[in-house]
Amino acid sequence: MVDPAQNTLRFRDDAPAGDPAVTLEAFTDQSNALAVRIEPGEDARNLLPHLDRIRLVEVNFPTFGDGRGYSAARVLREAGYTGELRAVGDVLVDQIAFMKRCGFDAFQPDQPLDAADVDNALTRWPEVYQPTTDARVPIWGLRHGGDNG
Amino acid sequence: MYKYDQWDQAMVDARVAEFRDQCQRRIDGKLTEDQFKPLRLMNGLYLQLHAYMLRVAIPYGTLSGTQMRALASIADKFDRKYAHFTTRQNVQYNWIKLEDAGDILADLAKVEMHAIQTSGNCIRNISSDHFAGAAADEVVDPRPYAELLRQWSSFHPEFSYLPRKFKFAVIASETDRAAMRLHDIGINIVRNDAGELGAAFYVGGGMGRTPMIAPLVRDFVPLDQLITYAEACLRVYNRYGRRDNKYKARIKILVHELGAEEYTRQVEEEFALLLAQNIEPPIAELERIRTYFEDPAFEAGASVKLDRSDPDFAVWSDRNTHPHRQSGYVSAVISLKPVGGIPGDATADQMRLMAELTEQYSFDECRVTHTQNIVLPHVRKADLFALWQRLEAAGLGTPNLDQIGDIIACPGLDYCSLANARSIPIAQQISERFNASGKGDILGELKLKISGCINACGHHHAGHIGILGVDKKGVENYQLSLGGSEAEDTSLGKITGRGFDEAGIVDAVETSVDVYLAQRQDGERFLDTYRRIGMEPFKEALYG
Amino acid sequence: MKILTGNDLKTGAVTWWDGSGWSLHVDDAVDAGEEADAIIAQEEAARRINAPYAILAEKTEGGVRPAHIKDRIRGLGPTVRPDLTLKPGDPNAVREVI
Repeated sequence: MVDPAQNTLRFRDDAPAGDPAVTLEAFTDQSNALAVRIEPGEDARNLLPHLDRIRLVEVNFPTFGDGRGYSAARVLREAGYTGELRAVGDVLVDQIAFMKRCGFDAFQPDQPLDAADVDNALTRWPEVYQPTTDARVPIWGLRHGGDNG
Repeated sequence: MYKYDQWDQAMVDARVAEFRDQCQRRIDGKLTEDQFKPLRLMNGLYLQLHAYMLRVAIPYGTLSGTQMRALASIADKFDRKYAHFTTRQNVQYNWIKLEDAGDILADLAKVEMHAIQTSGNCIRNISSDHFAGAAADEVVDPRPYAELLRQWSSFHPEFSYLPRKFKFAVIASETDRAAMRLHDIGINIVRNDAGELGAAFYVGGGMGRTPMIAPLVRDFVPLDQLITYAEACLRVYNRYGRRDNKYKARIKILVHELGAEEYTRQVEEEFALLLAQNIEPPIAELERIRTYFEDPAFEAGASVKLDRSDPDFAVWSDRNTHPHRQSGYVSAVISLKPVGGIPGDATADQMRLMAELTEQYSFDECRVTHTQNIVLPHVRKADLFALWQRLEAAGLGTPNLDQIGDIIACPGLDYCSLANARSIPIAQQISERFNASGKGDILGELKLKISGCINACGHHHAGHIGILGVDKKGVENYQLSLGGSEAEDTSLGKITGRGFDEAGIVDAVETSVDVYLAQRQDGERFLDTYRRIGMEPFKEALYG
Repeated sequence: MKILTGNDLKTGAVTWWDGSGWSLHVDDAVDAGEEADAIIAQEEAARRINAPYAILAEKTEGGVRPAHIKDRIRGLGPTVRPDLTLKPGDPNAVREVI
């Protein structure tokens, strides 16, 4: 899962999209673009009409403290996006578990990833309090049999 | 009160392990301070003026005797034998070592406590009414809703890197005892015309640099949509709250700049989308939580008589108790504001005594108030005298609830690296002066609040009399404000004029009080007289 | 003069650059002058100090007096708890810092 040469971490079985990710602005002009990169201030919902053809969405984190990308990811997954959702930029191993819950399935941080730290981060949380599109059963589901009906 | 099940415990234990690992990686140099800082803040660990400070969460201010005793042990074992109770119902230790942090969190976890999200740009401790479950005027006990929100907000994967901190308050009465409208989100549990319970959402309040009173965003969210609606409010904030300027990053700025109507529209739009995601816990979960907040085994027919023959006891019971909905019971307020003392501080010995009294006299439950006192919510009138005697002997019996001696003060420049001026010595001098002259006894309700800097942790904007410490060319200076209120008649104090030095501000408070005494009518409080006569008479007396 | 201060990473104690290391006592602080930034960078990288920064101070008969009251309080301890300061036995310590 960790590719040290590229400093990527990927949780998908399919081949990565080879196309470079274009900016959101460029993407809306290029009907054959398959990969797009969104910046924190950009509205991920602009991509909703095009979800079918997108194979890769890169979400940039220029500084790890800017958490807008977490909402961007959830918004896309909630809308039914199933392609690769990659967190790039200032992504620290301590954020990976939450990012994964928000729907990211690939990570390409600026800083090198330590495999042992990654492993710890991913196995740290035995349960979760909230449901997301990652389909983990939230604690209230364990208490009351899995659904909120 | 709520008790963890195996899953709550597993989460807190996992957090302890995570933070131990993060501390070790910092000590080993694998994390820089810039990378470590938000992680340690999310575990309540600040680097403060003299040392690391740890802020321990006390969810909606509720504690058991065992927990209070554990807090005392931590003060002895890891700190300097005292702790400070805060204006957000939490507790702080001022002399913590990073190398002990993991062990402290482990000790806390043993008694179902933690320091999760008590700092950082995330959802903080959810505060509530310190008379919850006891007050006659509440619609329901608000704390089950606070607990539901607490679990929802803990380790929330989307909302851990917000533009800024986020504070909730939850109440369930018309009387606001939690400064509800001065929070990022204030929730009031109400009944609609059909008698159903729901949540009124107020969004965009706060103090600090630009104080604002939260507007009503939705007057009735059904209980089975509470979490989904909160999520919608937070998501709009996470996406659109300002990130360019730390001083304009709270949700109050977003609501103000968009306008409440547009913010509401965006929330409703997001809410409609989120409903399809089924993120709401089942009502069964709320009902499960509610079972922890049922009435304790009140004694039926408890005596309503109070022997007032001891005059000191009579004064204390008149001032420091609050009516209880169960006949024969009261809520008792333990003052952490002895004359000339440090507001909100308690020694480890005092904490152990309070633990004992909590167990003996209040069904093993006490509360921390946002005014830095401790409440024993369910005390039999028959036990009140014995309780008071024990409090008196320990310096915890000052009969000054909501009076001028019941000062709210942040730690200020004596402890806090953000501060511009010392707040505690001002509090001490005011307390001593009004006690020595006896004037404090004839003023009635007067809520005086002191902040050592613009961050307003002392809630000075909401003080009937407010004091703000500023830095005037390297010298401490104090601004006086009048007419603030944290209750349901929420208002923000107005500055009187130019500031005063240390001696001057104490005189200025006395001058203002003298104007009130000269002008008050028919049992008016200070606040009422100010609202009636306005600022002019005070300005006149202060500045001539 | 320009003196350097920071916190010990593990204990959190406030410390002052004394020319060769980090002392608990502000009176040991030396003038870092032009070297301030270089010393800060070197010490932080070696993890001998956490969150260091430079402040203005003057040399006095008694020792070293930081220019700003905040730093003076930092060098002593909370003025309202003399027993918890670095000079619990000195009745003048608090007055001198204010």
